[in-house]
Amino acid sequence: MIRLLLTLLCLIATPLAAQEAQTRFGAENGTALLIRSTTDIAILAPAMEAFVARNPGVAIDYEQWGSNDLNALTAAECANQSPRADAVFSSAVHQMVELVNSGCAAPYRSAQTASLPAERIWRDELWGLTHEAAVIIYNTRLVPPEDIPHTRFDLLDLMRRQDKRYPGRIATYDIVASGLGYLFAFADSLEASTFGSLLEGFARSGAIATCCSAEIIEGVSSGRYLIAYNVLGSYVDSNRAVDVGVIRPSDYTLFLSRGYMIPKGAPHPALAGALLDFLLSAEGQAILTRSGLVTKRAPEETSLPESAERPIRIDPVLLVARDKQKREGFIARWRAAFGSPTLP
Amino acid sequence: MPERRSLGSRVAIGVIALLLVGGVIVAIASFAYGRQAAREAYDRLLLGAANDIAETITIIAGQPVTDLPLSAFQLLALAADDRIAYAVRGPEGALLTGQDTITPANPPRGGGALKSWFFDAPMGGEPARFITVARRFAERDFSGTVTVTVGQTLRARNDMALGLTRDALIATTIGGLALMGLALAVIRRAMRPLDHLAAGLLARDPRDLTPMDSDVPAEVAVMIDAMNRFMRRLDRQIGSMKNLISDTAHQLRTPVAAIRAQAELIAEEPDTRKREQMLGRLSRRTRSLGTLLDQMLARALVIHRTDSAQRLPVDLRDVALEVVESRDHELLAPQTEVELLIGPDPVLVLGDEMSLVEAAKNMFNNALRHGQAPVRIGVSTEGGKVSLWVEDAGGGPPPELLDRMGQRFERNAASRGQSAGLGLSIVRAVAEAFEGDLAFERRDTGFRVLLILDRMGEAA
Repeated sequence: MIRLLLTLLCLIATPLAAQEAQTRFGAENGTALLIRSTTDIAILAPAMEAFVARNPGVAIDYEQWGSNDLNALTAAECANQSPRADAVFSSAVHQMVELVNSGCAAPYRSAQTASLPAERIWRDELWGLTHEAAVIIYNTRLVPPEDIPHTRFDLLDLMRRQDKRYPGRIATYDIVASGLGYLFAFADSLEASTFGSLLEGFARSGAIATCCSAEIIEGVSSGRYLIAYNVLGSYVDSNRAVDVGVIRPSDYTLFLSRGYMIPKGAPHPALAGALLDFLLSAEGQAILTRSGLVTKRAPEETSLPESAERPIRIDPVLLVARDKQKREGFIARWRAAFGSPTLP
Repeated sequence: MPERRSLGSRVAIGVIALLLVGGVIVAIASFAYGRQAAREAYDRLLLGAANDIAETITIIAGQPVTDLPLSAFQLLALAADDRIAYAVRGPEGALLTGQDTITPANPPRGGGALKSWFFDAPMGGEPARFITVARRFAERDFSGTVTVTVGQTLRARNDMALGLTRDALIATTIGGLALMGLALAVIRRAMRPLDHLAAGLLARDPRDLTPMDSDVPAEVAVMIDAMNRFMRRLDRQIGSMKNLISDTAHQLRTPVAAIRAQAELIAEEPDTRKREQMLGRLSRRTRSLGTLLDQMLARALVIHRTDSAQRLPVDLRDVALEVVESRDHELLAPQTEVELLIGPDPVLVLGDEMSLVEAAKNMFNNALRHGQAPVRIGVSTEGGKVSLWVEDAGGGPPPELLDRMGQRFERNAASRGQSAGLGLSIVRAVAEAFEGDLAFERRDTGFRVLLILDRMGEAA
């Protein structure tokens, strides 16, 4: 039900869109921790329920936002020094890095945060809680096994082919509308020289740039799209979509760690810290793993070599992605490849 | 009793204080050095990043455009936990890209055509360090200066400065402790002669006044010498006291016994005439005993004074003159002719005038009593020595008596109730006290007794 609602919301999303959905976990009259997140409520619900079950008297108000709106709202509240949220949890970690860099976050230290690897913690103010792959998905019914792209080079070859099967049926995030899509595209541009070729390939094959993971996955499942590039793997797992195959590109696979921060001056910083500790604890990580947000390396499951894992490091280098001119140039290149934006 | 601090602890406290002061100075210096080193290191990062960014500025369609390089931010990210701010501004200060809150500082005065300059400014409430790099363009469609300002908070700098300081302090502390240990060992070693000395003094018998072992370091030798001198003087004084007591006992026993016996005899004598004769003898004996007592006390006084009185220049002529002018001889031997033989020049010695006068009086009185007239007293100089002498016309005492003369006491004299020996012993004591000598000469003109002393200024 929620999913359908979200899909609808996503389809009619406008740049001024406010929160997409809201849910309360725990007692109605308890102390309410306000968390704003880009993650679908349904995916994080088990973790939230486990937390309120362990902390009676504590409730969580969960607001789901689009990453760009969430960033704009948090930055505005930071500028006014009146943050309402106790925690912000976003997949667009480059925006989170910028917020922390602007001094909008409060530090928090605990044994749990200290055990995080260096690429998932910055300044004790921003923590990466998840480990999710950016994958290629395809429709298992309509894409013949020999066409399954295991690397970006395979994908390039498919897009350059002269047959009529793939043009117009390859999808990826619209980087203007989706902060996460922009982050993935930006990370791609830093990782390898294939990015230019990919853009060219997208342009040649008339690829579709569109919004929202759910819509892309649904499109692949239904056969509207045959292949989608740089989809967040966790959404595919949690969607349990039919006829969708998942490929982790073996040349390299980007891994995203969603960023969690506590805004400076948040009403309940101690509770936000407790939630952070819970999500980082063994129990919390187990729940997130079941929700598909933490991918454990299972050698028998995938042939992905370790060197091909490219975590997106949470560090100030991501500020480059937020640079105005850099972004304008990047989006200009993107638009040149995809034509006019597909969304208003 | 006030608490006494040992020399060792004084030196140790001094050394420790010195090391502490040194440690504080080293700490301040290493902190300053650490700050300087951290500042230079991270300033280079800032400069590198700003230059990287400035390099990428290109003019596209009359507008400067930055293609923000990853390398610049990777450089800045070497200070892992520091916030970064940057702004690229055009000729009018218009923001091209970056944060609008960051404004470049004006170039320092007198900097001329400086390409880059550092400045300190707060960044979102945190202190931060900034650099501005200016790049000039003179293209066909764009002319002017574009500034790149990059800033970074100071967390990594402070960590590095503290780390350097901490390392330096650890090294200093280890070195300081080692120095302190060495210093204590050296102090203990240097103080060992003192301990040795103290142990020697403690172990010493209270009656043992022999000099102490002077094989000690020069600093302590001063003390040892002073102590030895003191002990010698003490020894002498104790000795003279002993002598006085034993002499007194010895000299007084016989005459006192004789006086008692005579007194008893007088008491039993019925004859009035005989008793008067005996009373006359008793009176003479008593007077003679009085003289003896006077001389013994005089001698004790002289010996005491020679040890304790300050030595001053004395003109021997004054001494001789005083002896003659005191007119004692008119009482003792009214008929005796007395001559004074002194020259026009002063004859100076270092000594105690009172002791010298006492010695001269004794020599003079001896000559009056035992010698023959005329009695002469005079002063003479021979090379570095001067002498005060008394001469009479007689042949002097017999040779066997002469050998014993001037000993501490002379039994015969004492037993007779006379005091010649004692008188000369005073002279001898004075002579010895002033490093002089007592001599006798038989001359054509008579018998001469000389007190020979060093002339002032001639003494070694």
